[in-house]
Amino acid sequence: MSSLLELYNEQIREHEKKPRNFGRLATANRSAEGHNTTCGDHFFVYLYVEEGVIKDISFEGEGCAIAKASASMMTRSVKGKSRSEVETIFNEFHRMVLGELDTQVTPHHLGHLTVFSGVRKFPVRVKCASLSWHTMHAALEGEETTSTEDLGPALTAGELPV
Amino acid sequence: MFATEKGIEGHETAARAWDVARVREDFPVLGQTVNGKPLVYLDNAASAQVPHIVIERGARYLREEHSNIHRGVHYLSQRATSAFEGAREKVRRFINAREARECIFVRGVTEGVNLVMHGYGRKFVGEGDEIVVSEMEHHSNLVPWQMLCEEKGARLRVIPMNDRGELILDEFDALLNERTRLVCVGHVSNSLGTINSVREITARAHKLGVPVMVDGAQATPHMPVDVQELDCDFYAISGHKMFAPTGSGILYGKAEWLEKMNPFLGGGSMIRTVTFERSTYAAIPDKFEAGTPAIASAIGLGAAIDYLSTIDRAAAHAHEQGLLRYATEKLSAVEGVRIIGTAREKASVLAFVIEGIHPHDIGTILDHEGVAIRAGHHCAQPVMQHFNVPATARASFAFYNTKEEVDILIEAVGKVVEVLG
Repeated sequence: MSSLLELYNEQIREHEKKPRNFGRLATANRSAEGHNTTCGDHFFVYLYVEEGVIKDISFEGEGCAIAKASASMMTRSVKGKSRSEVETIFNEFHRMVLGELDTQVTPHHLGHLTVFSGVRKFPVRVKCASLSWHTMHAALEGEETTSTEDLGPALTAGELPV
Repeated sequence: MFATEKGIEGHETAARAWDVARVREDFPVLGQTVNGKPLVYLDNAASAQVPHIVIERGARYLREEHSNIHRGVHYLSQRATSAFEGAREKVRRFINAREARECIFVRGVTEGVNLVMHGYGRKFVGEGDEIVVSEMEHHSNLVPWQMLCEEKGARLRVIPMNDRGELILDEFDALLNERTRLVCVGHVSNSLGTINSVREITARAHKLGVPVMVDGAQATPHMPVDVQELDCDFYAISGHKMFAPTGSGILYGKAEWLEKMNPFLGGGSMIRTVTFERSTYAAIPDKFEAGTPAIASAIGLGAAIDYLSTIDRAAAHAHEQGLLRYATEKLSAVEGVRIIGTAREKASVLAFVIEGIHPHDIGTILDHEGVAIRAGHHCAQPVMQHFNVPATARASFAFYNTKEEVDILIEAVGKVVEVLG
């Protein structure tokens, strides 16, 4: 049960039940749609970007607990951050869920997002945790849709946990 | 285990002895542990497990008989060819086709449907024509027809279903007209378990001379199929759903249609003569079998049919139906669970959702308990839309599953509610 409880920890469950910044953002000047077709996760991320800074962000859609909590916590994490700061956090988050960044050892900028470190033991759930991040990134880059399943095997690669 | 069962023939019969412990020994994969717990494999509708004799037959081919078929005059090629053609004959008997040449080897149902789309559809469907599909089709018997309609300016019509997940056949009649060129329907729904009355559908379509294409992927693992009795014009099978290796499958087609159709893939084996001016095509089935096929898999499909002929299929079916009833009853009693697909005639497929919990999370927690199920839209997104769910969790039972495994499933569902409820 321990790795399960690590995956579905209290903070993740709390964000899943009460997602923050949920709904359409009226002031948005960028948005993107993201989907994992095999599991049916489907999110929209809305951004209000000014002078390279995410001034406001929201998301809406349907997905599993991991995907929804990740989207919710992402919105809190990137609000007010510059593009390059967001890139750094996204990169660290991605490496953490793939098991390439040990947040206990290596310094990082993830803050509360370390609650997703349990995902590393569930390689098939990496795409759930990263969907909203890829969608946010696509919105930032001016793309309209993205899918974590179009990005190649690297996202879900890794040895299955023993 | 179960007092009385509804037999395949439709009448109540006393359950014949089904020695599930004995049968499980035939399937080596079932003996392992997952996450420290015994594997409970309930994802049979996605792909069924393979018995020893099928594995052994494929290995023997690779060890002793491998060569290309229909080409060499040498000893090995003749042995490989005879094993491959032997498998075709086994399939013919298995589905009771009139002739072996009506059974085309394909990779599976998806390729079979695409063959019919290219061979029949692109030749006989034109602008303004109509193709009828059902609301519960797997994407494999839906998307190829959408592609064809887009290409030809034809129209896709949909047989609706009710909230139990049963096709509304009265509405089907209203969809048929002189522009209808093909009716495409699944024998058993992979997402709901519904068994459709194919015989009734072919009878109604044939009144207007319209041929019928049946996706049989989910039927052959559970019930005998007789294509002459169903009177369907095309019937597609996937080997890996019926205890054979992936890459094996059959498209059955009535010879008179197959002969009129365009070829599908062009290349070696499917030609009679080739010059730079033009090529002429081989007779069926070769016309539709360009290139070297998946020989070992095809021979494996033949071996799976041999295996099925050694078991008491009526008793196997009764056992599966017992598991379905037991699991349905137990699962329905769990608070917040809703069963998706409650047709009166069902194969042993049990799809469900739990209020407030995404199926993908159910899948992860069940896997942690050693229970393999499928979570997702099951390549049937219109079905999900009908029931207004993004996805479902699906347990699907084979004759090697046990009542104890159903108990483990139910206990694991309890854990899901405990962790995420």
